[in-house]
Amino acid sequence: MSENFSAFAYLIASICFIMALRGLSSPDTARAGNVYGIVGMVIAVVTTLAAPGVLSFSMIILGVLIGGTIGTVVALRIQMTALPQLVAAFHSLVGLAAVFVAAAAFFQPSAYGLGSYGLIPATSLIEMSIGTAIGAITFTGSIIAFGKLQGIMSGAPIVFPGQHPLNALLGILLVVLVVWICLDQGPGLFWTIVLLSLVLGVLIIIPIGGADMPVVVSMLNSYSGWAACGIGFTLGNTALIITGALVGSSGAILSYIMCKGMNRSFISVILGGFGGESAAPDAAAMQDRNVRTGSADDAAFIMKNAGSVIIVPGYGMAVAQAQHALREMADLLKAEGISVRYAIHPVAGRMPGHMNVLLAEANVPYDEVLELEEINRDFAGADVAFVIGANDVTNPAAKTDPQSPIYGMPILDVEKAGTVLFVKRSLGSGYAGVENELFFRDNTMMLLGDAKAMCEDVVKALE
Amino acid sequence: MQGQDLIQKAEELSRRAAELSGQADALLEQAVRSATTAASGGEPFIFMFTIFALAVFVGYYVVWNVTPALHSPLMGVTNAISSVIIVGALIAAGPADMSLSKVFGFIAVVLASVNIFGGFIVTQRMLQMFKKKPKS
Repeated sequence: MSENFSAFAYLIASICFIMALRGLSSPDTARAGNVYGIVGMVIAVVTTLAAPGVLSFSMIILGVLIGGTIGTVVALRIQMTALPQLVAAFHSLVGLAAVFVAAAAFFQPSAYGLGSYGLIPATSLIEMSIGTAIGAITFTGSIIAFGKLQGIMSGAPIVFPGQHPLNALLGILLVVLVVWICLDQGPGLFWTIVLLSLVLGVLIIIPIGGADMPVVVSMLNSYSGWAACGIGFTLGNTALIITGALVGSSGAILSYIMCKGMNRSFISVILGGFGGESAAPDAAAMQDRNVRTGSADDAAFIMKNAGSVIIVPGYGMAVAQAQHALREMADLLKAEGISVRYAIHPVAGRMPGHMNVLLAEANVPYDEVLELEEINRDFAGADVAFVIGANDVTNPAAKTDPQSPIYGMPILDVEKAGTVLFVKRSLGSGYAGVENELFFRDNTMMLLGDAKAMCEDVVKALE
Repeated sequence: MQGQDLIQKAEELSRRAAELSGQADALLEQAVRSATTAASGGEPFIFMFTIFALAVFVGYYVVWNVTPALHSPLMGVTNAISSVIIVGALIAAGPADMSLSKVFGFIAVVLASVNIFGGFIVTQRMLQMFKKKPKS
């Protein structure tokens, strides 16, 4: 295939990828968008297979079969509640693949038209090292994120004195190595860059707490894109550059949206150390204050007599897998002629859009699921706000208490509803370690227990 | 003797001439190349950087249009398409003879394939759930 023709094919593939993202602007066009993505990938792969340098196909076919089988099985089996972990794991693979491609190019540059071993032009070396470094950081960073999300390691931030100076030092060292490799081109230097970046990836993610994981997952998404971009520059492949840039900016925008949802700066999230040890609630102070608790029957009674109910799901719903029981409850209420809607906070869950997917899985129509700006005004007119597994995103301290760590964070105004029903396992504070004064309000009723069991009990009481 | 000397000198001269013409060719080639780069907008790096910068802008505007409800599928699909890095892996795994690079290429092909298949399938699964439900 001539070079011009393959460049043209890569352009078509890139346009397909843009269309894939474009399709996601509405649920109606999203599936078509995914098909565009698949078509683009097939075009890119076939074009590369037809390149003059690709002569033996046995290894390639074997590799695609192994990888494809693993990917297919994992993707078909995964529980929707475990999506954040899965996405983190997938990011780590992109990062590692970038490192291996860069290594292949470093040891056999002639295959990519980059001169011969030891005589790679400086610009290519710089691009290659950047791709490698970002890829390696993405790899270990995603593994740590995966561990925190999967519960293999504690979600609490790991901080130690001198952490930031150490990271900065390693970062500077990395830059020095990149300059050095341009002068020397030794394989030892290449592997040192890889190793250093792997270590840096771990160090960057360990101080970030569990509640900030939506930002981390988006950020690693972005990194995997920039890594692909770096490799694209090295290989002079426009499809890789364009796709890497699309993915990189997509991840960056998601990180920005998540940070805004928490009213935190990106820098403060990256520096980490926020919220982990949820401070044990002061038992004495707690007893002084009056908390109204209720049973599933009470909740059923209150909701049955309501005209409109707004459900606020959070990470607790995902952990308890309560989405199906919740939808059943909503169906019964709707059958009684009660209006039921869902309010989603931007940072609810552990990845962007996590709650929406879980509710969609439970067959909740997506036009009943509303974003914060769309529904926040309606709480004042709602009879019941049913908060299930969410806490910090409803805390009025974010509006009233400038001392609070979550001050300034946009919250769902559940306290304006006639009655607030809070499904929670205990009266403990949320991830930010902040006590929620809403628990002690007169119009609040706490429903203490597992989210799923509670929804099932309410369903029974309604029937 | 004299004749041989002459022959030697002649050979040397012809060799030099060939060298010179070779240099001239190289110069010409260089001139043509710099002329074409000048015409097409500069060095290959600048050219690629132009594509990169434009793609960042396209990504920026397209992604802001993604509805927040579909942010999870967005991550799934970006994850899948970033595995287009497989093109680099295929080139590394492609040569006929065995080498270290071919092994690296093979590993990268496996990793990227996991992502391509896994990413697109999981995105499809998510999107399947966002079908409009008949109102009950």
